[in-house]
Amino acid sequence: MATLIQLKPQPFSFTGPVTAAAAAFAGLFVGTAQGSGLLGILLGAALGAALAWGLMQAPLPRRTMRWGIAASSALVGLLVGGTMGLIVGAAFGAFFGWFPLWIADGRYRAGLPPYLTPGEVLWHYAFRVICGLIFFFLIAPIVVVMPLSFNAENFFTFTPAMLSLDPAGYSLKHYEDFFGNSDWQAALRNSLTIAPVATLLAVSFGTLAAIGLSSEHVPFRQAIMAILISPMIVPLIISAAGMYFFYSRIGLQGTYVGVVLAHAALGIPFVIITVTATLVGFDRSLTRAAANMGANPVTTFFRVQMPLILPGVISGGLFAFITSFDEVVVVLFVGSASQKTLPWQMFIGLREQISPTILAVATILVCLSIALLTTLELLRRRSEKLRGMSPG
Amino acid sequence: MKAASFLMTGTAMALAMTPALAQEMSTDMTIVSWGGAYQNSQNEAYVKPYLEMNPDVSVTWDESSNEAVAKLRAMNEAGNITWDLVDVVASDAIRLCDEGLALEYNPDQLLVPGDDGTPASEDFGDLIVSDCFIPQIVYSTTAAYRPDLLPEGAPAPTSICAMFDLETYPGKRTLERRPINNMEWALYCDGVAKDEIYDVLGTPEGQDRALAKLDTIKDEVVWWSAAAEPPQLLADGEIVMGSSYNGRWFSAIEEQDQPFEMLWDMQVFDLDGWIIPAGLEPAALNRVVDFVRFATDTQRLADQAAYISYGPARASSAPLVGEHAELGIAMGPHMPTDPANSENTLLYNYTFWADYRDDIDAKFQSWLVQ
Repeated sequence: MATLIQLKPQPFSFTGPVTAAAAAFAGLFVGTAQGSGLLGILLGAALGAALAWGLMQAPLPRRTMRWGIAASSALVGLLVGGTMGLIVGAAFGAFFGWFPLWIADGRYRAGLPPYLTPGEVLWHYAFRVICGLIFFFLIAPIVVVMPLSFNAENFFTFTPAMLSLDPAGYSLKHYEDFFGNSDWQAALRNSLTIAPVATLLAVSFGTLAAIGLSSEHVPFRQAIMAILISPMIVPLIISAAGMYFFYSRIGLQGTYVGVVLAHAALGIPFVIITVTATLVGFDRSLTRAAANMGANPVTTFFRVQMPLILPGVISGGLFAFITSFDEVVVVLFVGSASQKTLPWQMFIGLREQISPTILAVATILVCLSIALLTTLELLRRRSEKLRGMSPG
Repeated sequence: MKAASFLMTGTAMALAMTPALAQEMSTDMTIVSWGGAYQNSQNEAYVKPYLEMNPDVSVTWDESSNEAVAKLRAMNEAGNITWDLVDVVASDAIRLCDEGLALEYNPDQLLVPGDDGTPASEDFGDLIVSDCFIPQIVYSTTAAYRPDLLPEGAPAPTSICAMFDLETYPGKRTLERRPINNMEWALYCDGVAKDEIYDVLGTPEGQDRALAKLDTIKDEVVWWSAAAEPPQLLADGEIVMGSSYNGRWFSAIEEQDQPFEMLWDMQVFDLDGWIIPAGLEPAALNRVVDFVRFATDTQRLADQAAYISYGPARASSAPLVGEHAELGIAMGPHMPTDPANSENTLLYNYTFWADYRDDIDAKFQSWLVQ
């Protein structure tokens, strides 16, 4: 973006405190990890201010100084914390070699409208930092699982060998266990035979229900809708206990069919909601036009309505699939040990033997979920493009 | 009592006749156990050999022993028993037996005599703590610590009271989230003589006294509910010492090379074994009886000790305990019953806890959230 205003270099009286604040924030984490958060804040602030002063006074070229700071910080990291310290140190150095000069040169105002007050500029960056932190807190627990799943030991622990990036500290044995262990394979097979069938049922019934409920002449539409989506609202444990006793009476408890039906019931609300949302944008005159041209309702549905609401149907189906694939409470009640699904196996694995195989499975499932949700997003964009809602 | 013994004889007769008549047997069994290393030891020691002898039979494991009582109650209410054989701790077996959810049996008719000819009722002896309980192993709840996490110069702990000594051994420790064992240890370390512990614990003042002792370390306790948690916490260095089952500690120390030390002092012996759910179909019952006869014989129980450091419940199995199946180390010294380990032990008092469990549980749980 073109710079709209002349960049104004800032004096140390501004650069110093800002750098000190940023360094104090970083110091809080380093200090907490080393035992004293308060000391970390104070040391960080002092170091930050000194660094800003040094950088502004030193006559060396910018690039040299930046590399120099990154390298020396990496060296300190290496001495303190080995290979991992080297990486962390280099990252810190790279940031704090750049940050004070970015402030001092006034480059932080580049790209912002020139009329912004200092307060608005501060908020502009604070907003981004807050968003970044929220993102971090949401993602970090999931990301931590991934390196741990390559642990060479049987505990959920970052061993010293792992922290120093020693190859001996890592192994694929938990993945081998997952693919070689008959319990996990049986669970995977069960999940893969239950989820698609449950999804198919949920999509068929859910789509029909959504279409029916969106036509105006159906009586008690609101009440029926509320009942159909209740599995999503009622606490799962209550649905599960109810299903357990009901299915036991009619001989479905502990059977494959029983688990599929239970999961279909859980998936239907997702399909109804997404399809109903798509139907809002569906032009009813199209069905009348089709009827006018001699198509019967079934042909109209498959040739006219279905292609237009397909994205909603597919995203509902994906949600129904993930619900069934991730579900543990209902299957514990309705299923028996021969319908043990992946989440069930993970649940007992966590409770009875804290084995990193669970982390390997979790990593695989996270990747699978990312793939599914990416598909969903691509479909949504495609449908928007088709409907001309977005220029992309 | 009359009715009970009559029922027992009736069941026992039915059980005794089954092998002889070779009635119809179902070909699949759902066996409920604890998962992990323990279930693995059962699988290796008797389920796999049994399946080799009976290739037409298939076994499904259900790792639900933790909630066996609740699930069996629900199954009973729903009139749909889907389990064939359930592994439970002795206290759960007693509860299930009292509620009529487990089958009563006659040891000498259901179980085979020991290899030396001792009748089963004598071979298992006092370990048959309930008319429904078929003992498999003796395990203990005991403490372990990490020598490298103790403060400089602190002597290695030799007594369970190290758990309550925050001055010498500062840091977090882990205890099971239930009153059993913790209350006994607390009273013992508060100066109550070992043989008076249950007398004191039977009084409200005694219970308050135990909780007061636990109060002194409450802030430093991480409470566990699955036995796999303590080894994980200790391996992470989150705690300096804690209680768990001796087999879990053995597995962490010997099989996973963790730098832990066992503290056998005041280990609490407990029993684990099978119950057969009441109300099985005849074909399923015949299969289970056939399996149990095999799985509780002298050799099978001794074999199990090659996979986990729990003592076999039969006296006749003890001399046959050999080496660890993979590591090749002698298992004898790792058994909770080994003389070196059992200098100072406590036997879980079933009758006491059957009577006081509900009261003390409620007190303990409300203390926990204070």
